[in-house]
Parts: sequence; structure tokens; C-alpha cells
Amino acid sequence: MNRNKRTSRLLASPYIAWALIFIIVPLVMIFFYGLTDETGAFTLENIAAIAQPVHARALWLALALSVISTVICFFLAYPLGMILAKNKLSSQSLIITLFILPMWMNFLLRTLAWMTLMENKGVINGILSFLHLPEMNVINTPGAIVIGMVYNFLPFMILPIYNSLSSIDDNVLNAARDLGADERQTFFKVTLPLTVPGIISGVTMVFIPALTTFAISTMLGGSKILLIGNVIEQEFTLAYDWNLGAGLSIVLMVFIVVNMVISIISDNKGDEG
Amino acid sequence: MSKELIQLNHISKSFDGELILDDLCLTIHENEFVTLLGPSGCGKTTTLRIIGGFEKPDKGQVIFDGMDITYLAPNKRPLNTVFQKYALFTHMDVAENIAFGLKIKNKSREYIEDKIHYALKLVNLDGYEHRMPGSLSGGQQQRVAIARAIVNEPKVLLLDEPLGALDLKLRQDMQYELIRLKNELGITFIYVTHDQEEALTMSDHIVVMNQGYIQQEGSPEDIYNEPENAFVADFIGDSNIIHATMVRDELVNILDTEFVCVDRDFGENKPVDVVIRPEDVELVPRGKGTMPGTVSHVIFKGVHYEMEVQAGGFEWLVHSTRLFDVGSEIDIKVDPFNIQVMNRPESEDEEAMAIDE
Repeated sequence: MNRNKRTSRLLASPYIAWALIFIIVPLVMIFFYGLTDETGAFTLENIAAIAQPVHARALWLALALSVISTVICFFLAYPLGMILAKNKLSSQSLIITLFILPMWMNFLLRTLAWMTLMENKGVINGILSFLHLPEMNVINTPGAIVIGMVYNFLPFMILPIYNSLSSIDDNVLNAARDLGADERQTFFKVTLPLTVPGIISGVTMVFIPALTTFAISTMLGGSKILLIGNVIEQEFTLAYDWNLGAGLSIVLMVFIVVNMVISIISDNKGDEG
Repeated sequence: MSKELIQLNHISKSFDGELILDDLCLTIHENEFVTLLGPSGCGKTTTLRIIGGFEKPDKGQVIFDGMDITYLAPNKRPLNTVFQKYALFTHMDVAENIAFGLKIKNKSREYIEDKIHYALKLVNLDGYEHRMPGSLSGGQQQRVAIARAIVNEPKVLLLDEPLGALDLKLRQDMQYELIRLKNELGITFIYVTHDQEEALTMSDHIVVMNQGYIQQEGSPEDIYNEPENAFVADFIGDSNIIHATMVRDELVNILDTEFVCVDRDFGENKPVDVVIRPEDVELVPRGKGTMPGTVSHVIFKGVHYEMEVQAGGFEWLVHSTRLFDVGSEIDIKVDPFNIQVMNRPESEDEEAMAIDE
């Protein structure tokens, strides 16, 4: 018994070291920088800095755009998941592969591709002007950022929703029909509640990267639109104000933790339910 | 006989070009416990799903109480189903599962409470209202599934192999429960199973199916004692099925030995199949029976001995409470009324034709 314990501790040590070096230490450092000023004295100023208009606006915009992107992803992914779950197995895996295929390419490359597509002299406007249609100004708008977020994060919404939909036994839906529910009632009273765990993990997996991104907003939003991710990135790389950058990161972390707590609570409810 | 409730008229159904049901006609009477019995793939579940409305037949009609319901959606039909593997709503507790159908019909809260209480009592699950389905055993989940169906007061309850996932002891208990339930509710049960013992125990009326055709219909006694063809004889219980020749009325030649039987009107020297149940084969001392034989194998089965007897070049299966040791030289004797003579189809097509007529 004792020996077993010692062996398992030995086997676990690389992972513990990994977690220590790459997760715990950086986290402690972020908290250290975030809660001190440049002299090393304790301060809450870096946290309070979120109230400054430019920071507050960046946080608000990031929240708004990531919520919008998450909602759009959900409404695109759910019907697709339903169509896939109803389909025969052979075509299922093909379509799933098609949706995952872009993920094999580099994320920045994909976003760069959208840049050339949406540029004012880009491919889309080229086609529009060729067809004598009015050109669109998409690049460097919040809309372009939302398009980039939805495109990049959609697969993370599709997979968990599709998984939870396809694990519903056909006879459970038949039972609802049998007990008098029409198709709409069956969907809202049975299908949707049964897929809540999938929806929650999909939402989490889209919302968190969307909230913290700075690459998509830099490339598709130009330098005019600042999200909270851009602000933090600039504090670290341009202003060299690690204390402020870390302080704002802590604020952002609060939102992520809140999201995670909500999802864990509703997930537990789902287990009981 | 009681009133006709459901009629299936010339139902055909195929999946991916494979014919599952071929011109099936079946009448189900009020208050009957009807069992659709057959091996897997015989079309019994498809028949049930067509009655329930989960499949549409390619051809034919489903008549319920004089009304054509062939294309009626399942939620509009006055019947409920207990599904294979229960199909409970895992996100709801037992009470919510049972209340599902009643809430959809906008029944009052008091009515629903009463019904939940009544149904749980009926299936012996008092006090389980707020348990989640995932925390119940298979047998308990099955009871919830039954309760969920019967609170809607259906005229017909469809049961699709409901006991298939339960262990033997529980299955036997549930068989008695189901008979009791049927008598208390006074409604029609249509039950699908591949288990012949289950069918014999519970049914008022058995429909034996194979390859999309009804092979034979009748009471459990009819089906067991007078199988109409070799398939039914073989499927229901153990049996000795032997090619024979009908010499003339009441005399049949089995394995070159003439046996007296009670069947008539087969013609003279006509090839037939005979079915003799293993418990109907009597073993008597040499010289006192019809056909000499040797005991080749003995197994003790508890209630009886199961013996194999080599006689006339055939291996006879014999059930008897009296033991004859391996190697015993004995005679076989069969009472005339225990020999069941059946027409022998020349081919499977002819078998199908014979059933079509």
C-alpha cells in the first residue's frame, strides 16, 4: 500500500513539476505584478485601472463581441448538430471532418485569409464591384471581428453539441411523441434539456477564447478597435507596464472564473437531473 | 369474442429494399393480451411501431376502433408505448416522468398528483417520486416506464420487449406483475417478444411471426399443442420434427414405422411433417412399444430428465421423470393424439404462398 503510494507519487512527479512551472508559478507572478507597483509595494491601483474609460470601453466591447459571437455560434451549431445527429453515420463523419479540417491550418493564417477576403480592395469587394453591386466596408469594424471569432471558434461549439445530440436515444424522443407531445414540445421539453451539458461546454469553449483574443481583433479590427486583450497585450509588449497588464489580466480572469462557476453549477444540476 | 379494436389490413413495409412485412393482416380484440412472437428480424417490432405511429407502412391500413389512423401522428393516437430499454427522460425525476403526458394535456395539478400517486402504487414504487431514473435499477426503471404510459389511460398499451434487459428471476416476477396490471386496468396489451416462454405465460392470444409473415395465431394452448408448421413447432418449446408419410386417415408412417394418429384429410401416401413434443414420447421396456431404440444421452434438468434416444435413424428428444440409463434398450411409444401432423411445404416460397392464402 505504502509502496504503491510512493510509486504513484513518483509517476505523477513530472506532471506536478509541469503544473508548478507552467501554471502555478506564472499565476503567482501575475498576481504579484498585478497587486504591486513598480517599486514592489502593495497596491490595488492596477485593478482599479479597469475603471478608466479606455480600459472599461475595451472590456465592455470584448464582452459584447464575445457574447454576440457565442450566440451566433450557438444558433449555427445547434441546427447543424441536429441535422448531423439525424443523418446516417457515413455522411456524419464526412461533414464533421469538413468542419474540423480548417483547424488543421494555423489559426493566424486563417485569420489572415479573412483579412484579404474582407479588405476594401479585397476579394469580396472585387466580386461585388464586378457584379456592379455596392462595395462593403467590413474590415476594421466590430462586425469583422465577430466574423473572425465565429469562423475560428465555431467547431468548438459544434462538437460538444453534436455529441450530446447524438447520444440521445431515438426512443426517448419517440416516448415524448407517444405521450402526446408534438414536435415543438418534444424539442423544448426533451431534446433541449438533454443537451444542456453540451451547450454549456460549447459556450465555455467559445466564450473564453473570444473574450481574451487579441490576434483576431488586431488583424481584422485594425488598430482602431481595442479589445481588453489588445490593451493587456500592449501593456506588456509596448508600454512595458507589467504591473498594469497583470492587474487588468486579473480583472479578466474574474469574468472567466464566473463563467466557469456557472457552467460547473449547471453541469452538476444536469447530473442530478 | 369481444369487440374488434385494431385491424391491420394488408400492411407491407420495407427498409432499404428489404421486405420486412409482406401483406400482413391482423385483428386485435378489446381487452386481449396479444403477443407478437418471433425471432429477431421477423417484423414484430416493425408491426408494433406501425401501430404506435413511429413507422408508416408502404401499403395497407391501420384501423383503430373503426377509424383509419395509418397516417396519424403518434401524439394523436389513443395508445401508449413501453419502449425497449425504458427510454425514460433522464433529466426529470420519477414524478416528472410520469406527469409528462398529463402536463402536455394540461390536466390540473391535483389530478396529476393523484395520478402519480395511483400509478406508483400500481407498479409498487411508492415513495420513489423524487428519485432520478439514473439511480434506479433496471426493474424499477421498467416500472416507471409502465407507470408513465398508463397514467394517460390509453385504450391499448404497446410493450416492445420490455423485460429483455432484466435478469431471469426479475423477468419472471414482472411477467406476473404485467398480467395483474392488465387485469386491473382492463385494457388491451400488445406485447412484442422473442421469448416463447414469456409469450406462453402471459398471452391470451399469440401471433407467431417469421420473415414478415404471420405463421400461426391462436391461444397459447393451440400454438403449443397444434403447431401448424415446422417453424412454429420448432420455435415454441422443444420438439421432435420428423419427415413422415401420411399412409391414410389416422395412420402415419414415421421412419418406416406406422403410428396411429388422429389426423384426417391429408390424402393417401402424402409427405407430411410430424411434431411430437419431448414430454409426449413415452419410453417403455423393449417389446411393449412401437419403435425400438437406444438411450444415447441423459441430462438431469431438475424437474425431469432430458434424454436422447436413437430410434429409426433419428435422434429423439425425450423428457421424462423416469430415468433410463445410457445404453438402455427400450421402445418408443406415442399416444395417437400426441402426434401433430402438418403439411410439408416443398419450398420456402410455397410456405409463404400457403400463409398468404
